[in-house]
Amino acid sequence: MTAAPPPQVLRAPLVVEFPFTRSLGPVQSAFLTGLRERVVLGVRTGDGRVMVPPVEYDPVTAEEIRELVEVAPAGTVTTWAWNGDPRPQQPLATPFAWVLVRLDGADTAILHALDAPGPDAVRTGMRVRIRWAADRTGAITDITCFEPEENGGDGGDGGAATPHDGAFADPVTGIVAEARLDYTYSPGRAQTAYINALAERRTVGERCPSCHKVYVPPRGACPTCGVATTDRVEVGPAGTVTTYCIVNIKARNLDIEVPYVYAHIALDGADLALHGRIGGIPYDQVRMGLRVEPVWTDGGRYPDHYRPTGEPDADYDAYKELI
Amino acid sequence: MPRTSRYARDVAVVAFAQSDHLRRTDELSEVEMVMPVLHEVLAATGLKAGEIGFTCSGSSDYLAGRAFSFTMTLDGVGAWPPISESHVEMDGAWALYEAWVKIQTGEADTALVYSYGKSSPGSVRDVLTRQLDPYYLAPLWPDSVALAALQARALIDAGETDEAALGAIAARSRAAAEDNPHAQLRGDVPRGEYQVAPLRTGDCPPIGDGVAAVVLAAGDTARRLCGRPAWITGIDHRIEAHGLGLRDLTDSPSTRLAAERAGLFEAPVDTAELHAPFSSQEVVLRKALGLAEGDAVAVNPSGGALAANPVMAAGLIRIGEAAARIHRGASDRAVAHATSGPCLQQNLVAVLEGDPA
Repeated sequence: MTAAPPPQVLRAPLVVEFPFTRSLGPVQSAFLTGLRERVVLGVRTGDGRVMVPPVEYDPVTAEEIRELVEVAPAGTVTTWAWNGDPRPQQPLATPFAWVLVRLDGADTAILHALDAPGPDAVRTGMRVRIRWAADRTGAITDITCFEPEENGGDGGDGGAATPHDGAFADPVTGIVAEARLDYTYSPGRAQTAYINALAERRTVGERCPSCHKVYVPPRGACPTCGVATTDRVEVGPAGTVTTYCIVNIKARNLDIEVPYVYAHIALDGADLALHGRIGGIPYDQVRMGLRVEPVWTDGGRYPDHYRPTGEPDADYDAYKELI
Repeated sequence: MPRTSRYARDVAVVAFAQSDHLRRTDELSEVEMVMPVLHEVLAATGLKAGEIGFTCSGSSDYLAGRAFSFTMTLDGVGAWPPISESHVEMDGAWALYEAWVKIQTGEADTALVYSYGKSSPGSVRDVLTRQLDPYYLAPLWPDSVALAALQARALIDAGETDEAALGAIAARSRAAAEDNPHAQLRGDVPRGEYQVAPLRTGDCPPIGDGVAAVVLAAGDTARRLCGRPAWITGIDHRIEAHGLGLRDLTDSPSTRLAAERAGLFEAPVDTAELHAPFSSQEVVLRKALGLAEGDAVAVNPSGGALAANPVMAAGLIRIGEAAARIHRGASDRAVAHATSGPCLQQNLVAVLEGDPA
């Protein structure tokens, strides 16, 4: 049969979470520990400017910079943008302004949120100050946001940076950067057909029109020829173990007793082995060439495992190209 | 021959292809989306995948949330027997740069460059926050529109533009896209509500899925494969500091420097394809490249990124669109620009020239 468009597009939620543990160098450690202590530090760059937030290498010369200074927790808005519809993980749940703020004593600006009643209450040049979080851990979010300074007019107050040794008790040396992204996954034409066939307990691959290999599972392209696989081909249900390994470490969230055998299985008619667990036979009796068939469980959307068919083992020459 | 030859070898764009850019492509996997464009660009040259000297792609796994997706899209190339291949987690314009360097070294005479972005499965505004500094910026999740809006406000405060002028840039771009069958947004597009003020929906690029591919070739090979090769007479890319508070957001010194080093200012151009996803960023790029309003230069005749912005491919498309105009005789000297990072942090400039008729 020729590959036709899938009857419906499959969709499933896909959540990607990646909590990186990141170490801090001496300058970032001092800055983030300082925030915990409600102290804002900057670093002096090679040309004498005070950079807040600080980094460890000069942005112009790339030289190591270590001269820390303390600046004020208040400053001047250098640009802003009104965020009427905050996104879930942003600093404030109510409408706010994104701002770049040059703190008094600093020559560069820091990005954060400004809590203001509306866009009419925000302007470039306005005076703002830090609103500290109640619980501070040594992170940029120790600053909840900025807020308009009482009696604040426009323009800087000219406050100067003062030297600071950057030393604090119990310094923060690392952060855990949490992140989560939510996707809606669709598998595409070839894999949709494969998944739909599995729902009927059939395994359907696709054949390359050029080299005639049958790929299971199909991904839509022949990786050798670089062309779309076109003809759908039902394969199996039985197949041959081409190679295997014995798993001795129990996987988290997987209710399978170890040791067990995980194998490459060339289904009859397929030119690519897929993998699956072998059951119904002691783990130390599994062998290359073993003939197996899928075992489905009620409600299962793919074979739970494969078990021996009882046929004689396949001849090595019959599967050696598929190892 | 190219008018200027500052490099070891003369290298040209000899073919360009792109998909239609669409809001969603749920029925296609990434390789299913990429493969027809690869076939189209190769067919334009008559080359087979196995005859290409070097292959380089640009993409980001974060867009669709698929780990190592570029290894799966490589299935669409036909990489057997093993080919000489590379990948950048950047816009395809930087993949083109790597391929161009490879040809300059003499290790290849031809290169296939492709890139793709499938933004529809995720929330690209949030996804792009993950490219930011993980200590000071990423924990705040400042999305791509918010950062561009800070830049737009700085431009308005500096008297460089106003909201009406930004609306006019967006309108001109979508009007130009009427002639671009691949564009996602064309014609009369409402300015819409504020997304993050001062930027309205109309000032922001459409979100969508798309693919682009280019074939590069050197010297006589280029002449054999293409009636009028688009010679890359200059190409350079430069980066600025990551911290937005360190930069003058109303200017783009990295673009200007890249343009100087690419020889842009040595002669006039008739075409400019600028990778400005936000209307306000065209203002910055015009200033950096010396392209005044009212000049004879055709700026973004394709509609630019405001008409179609497949992330990771939109920069390569600028080079492809500029080259295609040279191929069909609509341009003799064009500048193409690509950007990466927040608020035009990193910029690539290429100058393309056609042989005199």
